[in-house]
Amino acid sequence: MQNHAMAQVLEGVQGYRKHTISLLVHNRPGVLIRIALVFARRGYNLDSLVVSASSDPKFSMMNIVASGEEKTLDQILKQLNKLIDVVHATDRTGEDIIQRELALIKISCTPEERAQILQLAHALRAEPVDLDEASVTFQVIGSSERLDSVMRVLSDYDVIELIRTGKVLMARGSQATA
Amino acid sequence: MYKKTGAEVIVDLIHQHGVEYMFGYPGGAAIPIFDAIVDSPVEFILTRHEQGATHMADGYARATGKPAVVLVTSGPGATNTITGILTAQMDSVPMIIITGQQTTWNLGLDAFQEADVSGISFPVVKHSYLVKDAADLPRVMKEAFYICQTGRPGPVLIDVPKNVSSQVIETDYSEQFDLPGYNVPAEGNADLIERAARMIERARRPLFLIGHGVVISGAERAVRYLAEKLQVPVVNTLLGKGGFPETHPLGLGMLGMHGTAYANKAVEHCDLIMSIGSRWDDRIVGDPSRFCTHAQKIHVDIDPAEFNKTVEVDLAIEGDAALVVEQLTAVAEPGDTADWLSRIELWRREFPLKYKKSGKLKAEHVLDELFKQTEGKAFVTTDVGQHQMWAAQYYRTDHRFQWLSSGGAGTMGFGLPAAIGAQLAHRDKTVLAIVGDGGFQMTMAELATAVINKLPLKVVIINNAYLGMVRQWQELFFDNRLSGVDMVGNPNFVKLAESFGVKGFRIKRSADVKRVIGQALAYNDGPCLIDVEVAKQDNVYPMIPSGAGYSDMLTEAPKVALPKPVGST
Repeated sequence: MQNHAMAQVLEGVQGYRKHTISLLVHNRPGVLIRIALVFARRGYNLDSLVVSASSDPKFSMMNIVASGEEKTLDQILKQLNKLIDVVHATDRTGEDIIQRELALIKISCTPEERAQILQLAHALRAEPVDLDEASVTFQVIGSSERLDSVMRVLSDYDVIELIRTGKVLMARGSQATA
Repeated sequence: MYKKTGAEVIVDLIHQHGVEYMFGYPGGAAIPIFDAIVDSPVEFILTRHEQGATHMADGYARATGKPAVVLVTSGPGATNTITGILTAQMDSVPMIIITGQQTTWNLGLDAFQEADVSGISFPVVKHSYLVKDAADLPRVMKEAFYICQTGRPGPVLIDVPKNVSSQVIETDYSEQFDLPGYNVPAEGNADLIERAARMIERARRPLFLIGHGVVISGAERAVRYLAEKLQVPVVNTLLGKGGFPETHPLGLGMLGMHGTAYANKAVEHCDLIMSIGSRWDDRIVGDPSRFCTHAQKIHVDIDPAEFNKTVEVDLAIEGDAALVVEQLTAVAEPGDTADWLSRIELWRREFPLKYKKSGKLKAEHVLDELFKQTEGKAFVTTDVGQHQMWAAQYYRTDHRFQWLSSGGAGTMGFGLPAAIGAQLAHRDKTVLAIVGDGGFQMTMAELATAVINKLPLKVVIINNAYLGMVRQWQELFFDNRLSGVDMVGNPNFVKLAESFGVKGFRIKRSADVKRVIGQALAYNDGPCLIDVEVAKQDNVYPMIPSGAGYSDMLTEAPKVALPKPVGST
């Protein structure tokens, strides 16, 4: 969360922005470390990272969100493409692309507060997935920006914990993202 | 189909790829592989330390353009190779490193001599493998040889657990590999090359900057033809020595921090600079915001990750140096460079490299004499520091593969083992290891390796009993507060040499330089060593202080105290 907040502050600084990178990589041990090292060597944090199987078991898909200077991230992208295990790495920032993220948020909530919170959640299209006498947990799905705004509203309540999957991407239409 | 152990597969495929030598050091986890090399036609060179093995393989590869192989055991055997792997990676040298490893079932359990070698080496390799099934070995070996020497070359490490090298598989070596996403650039984009040609034609003060990529690609003839056709002067990086003849009328020698003054003047005043196979390293750029601000910049490189990394360029052409230069030569016409060339000739006359042959013995005198007596034809390796810069200035290099120096990593201790690798590749040629008294002591145990293999290389120790380059910085930038640079306790290098069975010579006076070098060059019964006791306090000039601009170049000792440099080390 700290990185996330920091990124939002720095987003106003010139040349500094959040980048969404999609990668197609060989499904081999060590590939994640090689990729992480490219970022770590330049002192970059990853805001989010999703690794998943692709339709071909020989390859995996990765989606990375990282914040930083435009020029450095351009360099990082080239260095990612240089890795033998990376088939390609592409900056998808600003592209018209399907992007989704899922968040779970657990809010402390007495039976008296419940009705009000559930009503608010309904308005925010946050779905309750668990409930007990002291808490309620919601699931929110949507673009990362939508999740950000829902989290802002819900943060007025007593948040027990929060987790997000990180952004996943897919190209629109019949074209493959790769 | 043959029945083969993993170890036999490794050794067979090393042989099939035309490798002449393996360099290394055995240990428990590598014993199955050492057993397999008994029957292999590939010659194994036992070294005194694993770092030495990597530099020998590196020297062999730089002197031939062909990959060499390092074979070591697990744990400390493998970690001792890391400096050598970094050295090869920074300078794009093809190399295969095979490391023995604990058994697969002991991985991660802190078993004897276990180290996470692939983890430790990730940042310094072009690629690496941890092989867990010998059935993968034929493909892995083929991939490794392909990857290490194509595109921008580099080291590839293969970690082989002991049970994998002992595992028996069936193979007919017909295994294929497929590397989607790994593209090897060849020709450059024709439109970009046309644009480059027009830019060069329009320039009045064009300059070519030649890097290691020219040497690796074998582009030296093409570059020479292009420069002669267009009448464009040429500067080269430390590793670009041999990419363009430094004795050529258009050749200005090395640029940068300790480059020749006339090369640096040309960089300062050019209106177009085209880098071919160099990466605008901080040693040649200094302060990037002040580097060639009035010049258009063209960058030809096989590695697109180098474009706009340190210096923003006007035109970037991705491709193999030899092919791009040939394409460019076909479409470019000469511009008007006559005034520019005559201006450069004036600088060449006004600011020559110079030293005094009288008084205390100068390193430059010895290096100049070595150049003259070997007619510039020797293979030269160096360590890192003052002697390296003097050697780069005075041992003018005309041919590909002749100059072997650790540029990017700046690895002390490189010179002697690299010379062993070079001499094994060229047994009938003169090989000079020009080293400092500091660096030499880091890998001097490899004298034994040179003796056993009867290699007639000549170790020239530029001995000022100081870590001279650091001392020079402390003198110039840190009020001469010398700290950690005095090599008090140096051995008697001549006696040391003799104890290894190496012929020892010593030069103390300028008057002896010619005679003793003549004797050493005539001695070919094995290695010899010349301990050259030079003036203790000499500094290397010209010098552009780190992080400064070309207009700040010092051509001689400054009269006033200098501010602390702000640039990189």
